[in-house]
Amino acid sequence: MNIKDIVRLLDADIICGSDRLETEVKSACGADMMSDVLAFVKDQSVLLTGLSNPQVIRTAEMMDMVCIVLVRGKRPDAMMQELARAKGIVLLCSRHRMYSACGILYKNGLGAGETCV
Amino acid sequence: MTEMQPVRLHFTVDGGNFASAGMASEAVKLRLKQIGIDPAAIRRVAISMYEAEINMVLHAGGGEAYIDIYPTHVCLKMSDTGPGIDNIELAMQEGYSTAADSIRSLGFGAGMGLPNMKKYSDRFELTSEVGKGTTVKMRINI
Repeated sequence: MNIKDIVRLLDADIICGSDRLETEVKSACGADMMSDVLAFVKDQSVLLTGLSNPQVIRTAEMMDMVCIVLVRGKRPDAMMQELARAKGIVLLCSRHRMYSACGILYKNGLGAGETCV
Repeated sequence: MTEMQPVRLHFTVDGGNFASAGMASEAVKLRLKQIGIDPAAIRRVAISMYEAEINMVLHAGGGEAYIDIYPTHVCLKMSDTGPGIDNIELAMQEGYSTAADSIRSLGFGAGMGLPNMKKYSDRFELTSEVGKGTTVKMRINI
């Protein structure tokens, strides 16, 4: 799957990174606690979250993630957008709730990668 | 024989600005990339330092970060003059946290920071005195 597929499947708005939509992604994770992302995520390239603050971008950057999907209709503030642009991270917004957004992507072939902690 | 002089970096972490927390870790990650370190090792350094930096901002009003980059390892020393940790053994347990709900609402404070620093580093040392501050020293092989 590539990021363009995520945009289509989640009917997502592209906030930034429209030049990187062909990037291939192999796994994803969903979390609202960045502590959990830092503790348990390994080699996932997409983060789905309902949290909207600049530390979401920084956390994704530390984990070498390439795409963030804000779920539940959350919108990024100006600083978050600027940071995502600076880090080359694709930032998307979807009205889907976390459970359905993850389910749609999983059903369409985007797995969870390593699932055991 | 004397050990090779490290590349030394120092950052003052601003405790009053949550939005800018992590800038020092970002800068270190970039520097390690420029040097050409293995990406998996860079990630371990970045996560360890970022966790410590976030802790400094959320719990201690900022602090100082000292980074020494050697050919074989990276040494991180993160020092603050915050409230200190009363019970280090308890603080090292996964899931234990003294964070207020206001911190949790920012996506942190799940009690994973210190255990995570230990998990990602090859050597981990935590010293703390209540009322005086906390110092975390980590060594990560690269």
